[in-house]
Amino acid sequence: MLEINNLTVEIGGRRILKGVDLNVKTGYTNVLFGPNGAGKSALLMTLMGFSGYNVVEGEIIFKGEDITNMSVSERAQMGMGIMTQRPPNMSGVKLHDLLNVISKDPKDTDILAETLDMVRFFERDVNVGFSGGEIKRSEILQLSAQNPDLILLDEPESGVDLVSIDQLGHTIKELLQKGCKCAGDRCKHGKSALVITHTGQVLDYIEADRGYILCNGTVMCSGNPREMLTDIKKQGYEECIKCKLMKK
Amino acid sequence: MQADEEMKKRAEAALGKNAAYGEDFNLDEYGIAPDNAEKADNLEELSEEDQRTLLNVGFTPSEDNRSGSLIMLDNTVTHTSLRDKDVVELMSLKDAMKKHEWVKDYMWKLVKPDADKYTAMSYLQKANGYFIRAPEGKKSKMPVQTCLLIGSKQVSQTVHNIVVVEKGAELDIITGCSAKHGIDKGLHLGISEMYVKKGATLNFTMVHNWAEQIGVRPRTVVHVEEGGTYISNYITLKPVKSIQSYPTVILEGKGAFARLNTIAVAHPGSELDLGSRVIFNAEDTKAELISRTITIGGNAIARGEMIGNANNAKGHLECHGLVLGGGMQRAIPILEANVEDIELSHEAAVGRIARDQIEYLMARGLSEEESVGMIVRGFLDVGIQGIPDELKADIDATIAMIGEKAI
Repeated sequence: MLEINNLTVEIGGRRILKGVDLNVKTGYTNVLFGPNGAGKSALLMTLMGFSGYNVVEGEIIFKGEDITNMSVSERAQMGMGIMTQRPPNMSGVKLHDLLNVISKDPKDTDILAETLDMVRFFERDVNVGFSGGEIKRSEILQLSAQNPDLILLDEPESGVDLVSIDQLGHTIKELLQKGCKCAGDRCKHGKSALVITHTGQVLDYIEADRGYILCNGTVMCSGNPREMLTDIKKQGYEECIKCKLMKK
Repeated sequence: MQADEEMKKRAEAALGKNAAYGEDFNLDEYGIAPDNAEKADNLEELSEEDQRTLLNVGFTPSEDNRSGSLIMLDNTVTHTSLRDKDVVELMSLKDAMKKHEWVKDYMWKLVKPDADKYTAMSYLQKANGYFIRAPEGKKSKMPVQTCLLIGSKQVSQTVHNIVVVEKGAELDIITGCSAKHGIDKGLHLGISEMYVKKGATLNFTMVHNWAEQIGVRPRTVVHVEEGGTYISNYITLKPVKSIQSYPTVILEGKGAFARLNTIAVAHPGSELDLGSRVIFNAEDTKAELISRTITIGGNAIARGEMIGNANNAKGHLECHGLVLGGGMQRAIPILEANVEDIELSHEAAVGRIARDQIEYLMARGLSEEESVGMIVRGFLDVGIQGIPDELKADIDATIAMIGEKAI
């Protein structure tokens, strides 16, 4: 589904990602760990093609096609979708109008909007005056309406209260695994995802297949995501950096 | 009579007086617009092109859902029809002066003839226009529509409108201003004096659709009494040479309210100098001035002024301007408090559409044009009610054009 080869990215002349290799298979959910400022969000923003993230080396292959130089729209139309940490205030753009334009199945969108208690936000300007949790609910609602094949989630649980996390977690699970009967089926027909998490809370809801640790713009390690989370909680990221240096 | 003579002298002296600011027009370059055009009783017999011109400024030739209609072509009122005779009075100003002696008491009371050369010209020409009155306590369900049309080349059209909404009455007016197809140069000078009496409401929507070489100099003052409401929506989305407009609303009675919305697009070569002014002369008065301007190569100046002269008055001014593909935006907000207990605020922002907003929508699968279009549509949407469908379609087409041009 997604293959990232030797990806090197600069923001305003500063090198943020250095030779990143990473891939996400069809139906797999991969998780990105790493300390603040490691370049995790930058990686997701680069994958979506947002301006300001300049690829100076390497390539991004999505569904077998090199998308490194494609526009944001083209990537979205090919089936990529993103939930960013801080979406912009969309003054004048009503949530309902946006959903109408992007919904693949308007009926499903309306039902989900009810479930997420977002109907009362339909006539509001997207993100304007929304709380942290409301932004996440609105984002997951939009993503579900869009129904992409590869989903990029940047800390979906941050700023969300405990009750809402449960609701959000279930919605993400539904989005990723909709219609899959079993684990085998998920790997064949499920959605792919790349998820950034600090706390690992979202892993209580979704099956994660592979974890990556990103430090200083480089992939330090990859492995079983749950084990990785336990290790990080125990010994922090310093050990990963040391480990990588020793190997060199 | 002596007073009239005196006024005439002052107006004559003011013929050389330029407006306080902005581009000047030499009135000698323009002929006087004819006042002998043929009457047009049945609007559906007008040419398709003329009907389209009317539709594009919100005027419905079929007169469906309208309580009355009036058209002024150059300096002739060519059409007047009225359905709801009980709830509204509609006629040319000249006919009104013949019918009611008191009409003159409303003329040149709010606008001074010697304010500048444009008011002086309109005064000396004894300009005709529309007279609309809602009698005490009457509420018309449907709006009155009027159209001021320039039909001759290189003329100056002079218009004088009087609107009176009597105590407790409610009135909706849609006024469209345009030039006939093929008219590229001309001048429109328009005086409007509007009176909103105690507890009355006036909902006034004005749509401008001029041509590239037309100069527009309206002079409007609105007087609102106790508990009265004045709502104005002003829309100008098409090319024009120069518009300079600065309607003033005087909130004279306790609890009076005004809201003025302006949405405008400045095309290459267009100079839009659009303002609105509210004077709070009584306690508990409130006003909101909202302006949304887009330049796609022309110049847009958004003036907004609030002068607070009475306690417990509240006003908010909002000027937002987008620069899309060249041109200039200038926001000039002015707030003046002359008493202590007053709350006036403003919010102004000019610039381009933020890249992250465009890409946010692109990441949802919209193309760049669609994204800009959606943001522009939202930007211009200030919640104007009752826009006719034809005009809505025209607004959508303009927005789509802006979306394409902006990239």
